[in-house]
Order: sequence, then C-alpha cells, then structure tokens
Amino acid sequence: MDTQILWFASRATGAVSLVLFTAVMVLGILTAGRAGFAGFPRAAVLRLHRTLSLTAVAFLAVHIVSAIADGYVDLNYWDVIIPFGAGWDPFWIGLGSVAVDLLIAIGITSALRRHLSPTLWRVVHFSAYAMWPLALLHGWGNSGGDGQETWLIVIDIVCVAAVLASLAYRLRPDRHPDTLARRTAQVVHPVRDTGADR
Amino acid sequence: MITRSRTEVTLRVDPIACRAHGLCAEEMPEAITLDEWGYPILPGGPLPPELVRRARAAAAACPVLALRLEQRRR
Amino acid sequence: MTATELATGALALNFIIGHAMPDPYATDRLLPSGWSPSLADHLARLGPMPRTTPAQLAGLLQAAGLLGRGGAGFPTGRKVSAVAAAVISKRLPAVVVANCCEGDPTSLKDRVLVERSPHLVIDGALHAAEALGADRVVLAVHDDSPARFALAAALAERPQTSCEVTVVEIPDRYIASEATALVRYLNSGDARPAGRLVPIWETGVGGRPTLVDNAETLAQLALIARFGTGWFGAVGTATEPGTSLITVGGAVQRPGVVEVAHGTPLASVLGRAGAPSAGWALLGGLAGRWVDLSAVAGVGFSTAELAAAGGTRGVGSIIVLPPGGCVLGETARILRYHADAGARQCGPCMFGLPAIAADMIALGSGDRGALDRLRRRLPVINGRGGCGHPDGAVALAASALAVLTTRESGHLHQHLTGGGCQAQPVVVPLGWASAPRPGAPSRPAGSAIINSTGRHS
Repeated sequence: MDTQILWFASRATGAVSLVLFTAVMVLGILTAGRAGFAGFPRAAVLRLHRTLSLTAVAFLAVHIVSAIADGYVDLNYWDVIIPFGAGWDPFWIGLGSVAVDLLIAIGITSALRRHLSPTLWRVVHFSAYAMWPLALLHGWGNSGGDGQETWLIVIDIVCVAAVLASLAYRLRPDRHPDTLARRTAQVVHPVRDTGADR
Repeated sequence: MITRSRTEVTLRVDPIACRAHGLCAEEMPEAITLDEWGYPILPGGPLPPELVRRARAAAAACPVLALRLEQRRR
Repeated sequence: MTATELATGALALNFIIGHAMPDPYATDRLLPSGWSPSLADHLARLGPMPRTTPAQLAGLLQAAGLLGRGGAGFPTGRKVSAVAAAVISKRLPAVVVANCCEGDPTSLKDRVLVERSPHLVIDGALHAAEALGADRVVLAVHDDSPARFALAAALAERPQTSCEVTVVEIPDRYIASEATALVRYLNSGDARPAGRLVPIWETGVGGRPTLVDNAETLAQLALIARFGTGWFGAVGTATEPGTSLITVGGAVQRPGVVEVAHGTPLASVLGRAGAPSAGWALLGGLAGRWVDLSAVAGVGFSTAELAAAGGTRGVGSIIVLPPGGCVLGETARILRYHADAGARQCGPCMFGLPAIAADMIALGSGDRGALDRLRRRLPVINGRGGCGHPDGAVALAASALAVLTTRESGHLHQHLTGGGCQAQPVVVPLGWASAPRPGAPSRPAGSAIINSTGRHS
C-alpha cells in the first residue's frame, strides 16, 4: 500500500481523535457540572459523552494502526503502550503512549464500573485530565514537521479553549442544594480521629 | 413442558450516594419520578419485563451509580 | 412441661446445687431494690454465668422469644444466628457491641440499668462474645455520660475477661447510636449511619461480623442464659415472655424507670408513676405515637397489644402531657429536633424533615395549606432515607395528624382560626441536643426507679 496514504491517514485520524477526545472531555466536565437544558437534558449529555468516547477510540485505533503499518518510521506495536522506546521521535511518541495507557485504564474501569469501588473508578477517570493534555502535546510536538502546521495549531487552540471554557463553567461555586446541605454535615457531625486502625 | 424461571428485577437506590442529578428520571420517566427536592421515587415492586431494558439504561445513566438493579430468581 | 413446672424444677435444682435463683414470678429482675452494682454482690445474688456455644445461644434466645430492647424489637436469636453464620462463612472472628448510648432523650432505662446492674450488661455481652467466638467487646456510651463511669468502674472489678472489653465514647448526637453509625464510628470516626446495603452482621467493625445489641437486651440475655427459658417466661405473655424496662416521664408525680412483665395494663404502669388517667401521652419515644390515656388504660404493655391499639413499643418510654397539653406544639418541636438530628447524607432527610417540621409549625400558626402539604409529603419521605430516622419522624407526624384531625379536631380548629393555644409545648424532653429554652425540663436527672409500691428508690 502506498505509505503516503497511510501517513496522511494517520495524521488526519490523529487530528480527528484529538477533536473527538476534546469533545468527550468537555461533555464529561459538563456532566459533572450538572449541565443540561430542556432541549438537551443531562442524560443526553452523558449519553453523548459515552458514545463519542467510543467513536474517539475507533479513530485512535486507525491512527495508531496506520502509523505503524506505514513502515516509513520505526514504530512497532509495543511502542504504543510502552512509552519512550520508539526508534523514531521517542519523546513525543512516548507522550502518546502514556496517553494510551491512561486511556486503557479509563476504558477498563468504566466498563467494569459496577464491580469496582467508586473511589478507584473516580481516581482513574480523573486521569483523563492528564491524558488529554498528553494527547495534545503528542500531536503538537512530534517532529514530522506537521505538528507546527497552521491547521493543526488552530485545532489545538480551539480544543484548549473549549476545555478551558468548560472548566470555567465547572469550577464556578457549587450552589446545588444537595451539595450545600451535605456540607453542613462536617460542622454538625465532625469526624473524630479515633485512631481506629483495627 | 418447559417451565421457565422468572427473574424479578427491581430498581433500588442508595439514598446516601444519590446526589439528585436526576438523570434516572430523564431516562425512564414512566417509572421514575423526582420528589420536590430532586430525589428519585422508584416503583415499589418488580418491574414489568418490557421496562427492564430501560431500567438498565437508567441505572447506567446515574453519574454516581446510586441506582442499581436488584435481581431475584423466582 | 408448663412454664410453672419448668420454673419450679429449675428452682429446686438450683436449691440442690446450692444457689437460689431469683423468684421467677417477681418482676424486679433487672433492677431489684437494694442491689448494689458491685461484682461481689452481683455474683452472690445470681451465681456464675454458664458456658455456651453459638447454636446453644441462638436456640435459647429463639425459644425464649427475646426481642431487642433498643426500639426495633428484632428477635435477638435471629440476630445471633446471622452473625454466627457470617463468622463461619467469612472465617473471621465476630465483634460484640453493647449499645448503652440511649440516644432517645425520653428514655432513661438503659442509663438506670447500667448504673444499677453494669455487671448484668457485661455478662450478656461477654456471653454473646463467647458464643460467637468474638475476640472483642465494645461497650458504647455517649461522651461523659454517667453510664461511662459506671461501666468503667465495673470493668475495673474484672481484670481478667475472656476477651478484650473496652468502653468507647460515642459523640453525643441522636443519630450516632444507630447500629450502623456505631460500627462506622468504630471503623472511621464518622458517627453517621452507613446505609442498608452492607449488613453489619456480615461486615461490621473491622470488616468482621458484628452483633450490636441494646444494653437491656444483653441484660435479659444474661438472665436467660443463667436461669433458662422457663424461668424467663414465668411472667409476661405467651407471645412475648419476660419483662421490659419502661421510662415514665412528663406530667406525672413520680417520673422514673419501672420494670414490668409484658401484658401489664398501662393503667397499672401509669398509676405507679402517679400519672393522670386521661390526656395524651407520647408512647415509644421521639419516633413513637400519641395515645389517649383513657383509651389505652386496659391495653397491656407488649409489642402486639400496643401496635393493635395504635401505639408502639419503641424505646419503652411514656411521656405524659399535662391537661391542656398541645399535641401539635410538642410534635412540631420534636420534628424540628429530628430535622436537626439527621446525618445530612440523604435527600429525604436533609430536605424532607425540615419541610415537615416547618409545615407542622405553620399548621400551629393557622396555615391551612400546611395540612395538605403534610399529607402529601409524609408518604413521599417515608422509607426513602438512608436509615430509619426519617421513618420515625414521619410516623410521629402521621400519628399527630391522626389525633389532630379526629379526637382533637376542635383544638386544631382553634389553631387554624389563628387562636393558637395557651399550652407551653416543652414537656417532651429533648436533652442537650436541642436549644435550651428557659424553664424547659432538660433530660431528667437522677436515676429514679419506681418500684412496685410506687415509691422511688
């Protein structure tokens, strides 16, 4: 197969994956922030978050496979999950590999969510806040020269702006009655240090 | 004659985990309603079989996994 | 063999062995007059505790028909069986928790029992621990309570116990003495109920099967273990043998704690305390029911009879209102207490209880809409909390509404037409968890016991 096509396919699906994962991040942040309105209720936000995450993984798979199948650069399947060992551009590719590792953990814990402790799920899911910037940097920094092309920079800026905007929404003071009421528990029922280690 | 054992599926919520997100009632308004403070009121007994699939979606929709399906074999 | 024959036979046997058992027909079993709390006197009066196994104890308790005395009335034998089964299946030693907290401020019985007969409670806890192979017994009391000192003194007389026994102080909050809250506090210092998903008889203190029993339940257990089911059932009813401790308070001449055989008519209990024969009384504690004293005079004190008469056993307290006392005002005050006492971890309690408290107060000020709001909200709140706390508040409110819309409809009309009423609703004691009001009786001080002659001792 013409490796040029594979190379272009890898870049394109990489960009699409980034956009999709950005959308997934935004929708996840909005779900936690209880966002939703009459035309697009919260359940729809969550459903779209989950659906798009699967779509993003599909595009990511094509991105990875096409990059390896195209033999132009020295990459093999181990480099996908073991970071910083690639024969070509190990650092920037490695960032992508770390992101893939985190994504695998997020994916597995989400699939098995009902059988895991809520804290474990939450901690792993939170690593998305590390995964996403790693993916962004991987796309920007890898030295095929494409990382600094205008169209990709524009995409990067739009994605960062979207995530920052949704974080601004998320980090506004939580005035939901349930949150406020639960907060009073710390005053009324302070947890004692009983030294209980049995 | 083959006798089939029925599995009864009931919706249950953990009131301590529930944070009144309300997604369960959005997913399944025919069975789950919200009280005036935003917390779910569930049907008391086992669900009719045609609603079980929707109930699974409702339980999956809960962001804090407070809603669960309880299965009992009859 | 009838209970009489069994009791007589046991009496004879004990006589032969050289130790007399207490008269099975006397009802002063837990709190006999003139009994000191020392270990020497305790053993001289009752003799030693026998040995036991899990199956023996569960069978004994089930045959005796012992019900929990902490308010829920769950059969103790079944509880012990459940813990014993979990010990086998999980291969972990059990933990026994004696709940001596008595969180309901209307009740004094556990405090009196622990002060007068601490060794009986400790006997029961140790016996259950031996039966279940537990290696730890916790005596749970509230911070700085008199019970704490009584138990510590009693333990000091027993340097060698079959397993580790400690007195643990629990935060002085109403909700903290709920069974799962005790376990959660012992595990993490957070004294709030842990919900109904993980049963404590399987996974409790330290993840181990845990038996939580009320102080009085354990004291009764200690007597049953020594003297048998025949002795236990020599008084009481066929369906509910034995005795119970009752706290009588409010507008009575001789408030205090009395031990009665089940089936004893309420009129007799109230007569000993010098209560009026008519008027309203709160039966069962802050999560109890309002009853008309004249209507329940002949009702025997037992779970079945009280329930049939629209009352409830609850924590075994009876608080009598004075003539002209206001059921509405007292209920509003208690509902406000329930709202403040919640754990703040589930919606129906965090929002539902303050709402119905506000509704009851509004009803007293003449808001007719409050009646509809209460009728709408009570069934919505019921059963949807993380523990039984909101259910108790709902049951009390429903009982008050039933009284106010039937027997006291004239009085309710007076409130609704803006007249209010002259009564000072400060009769039901709410302890130190509520804001003190001038002239309001706080938690009754002193450990008064009303004995059979109606005299204090």
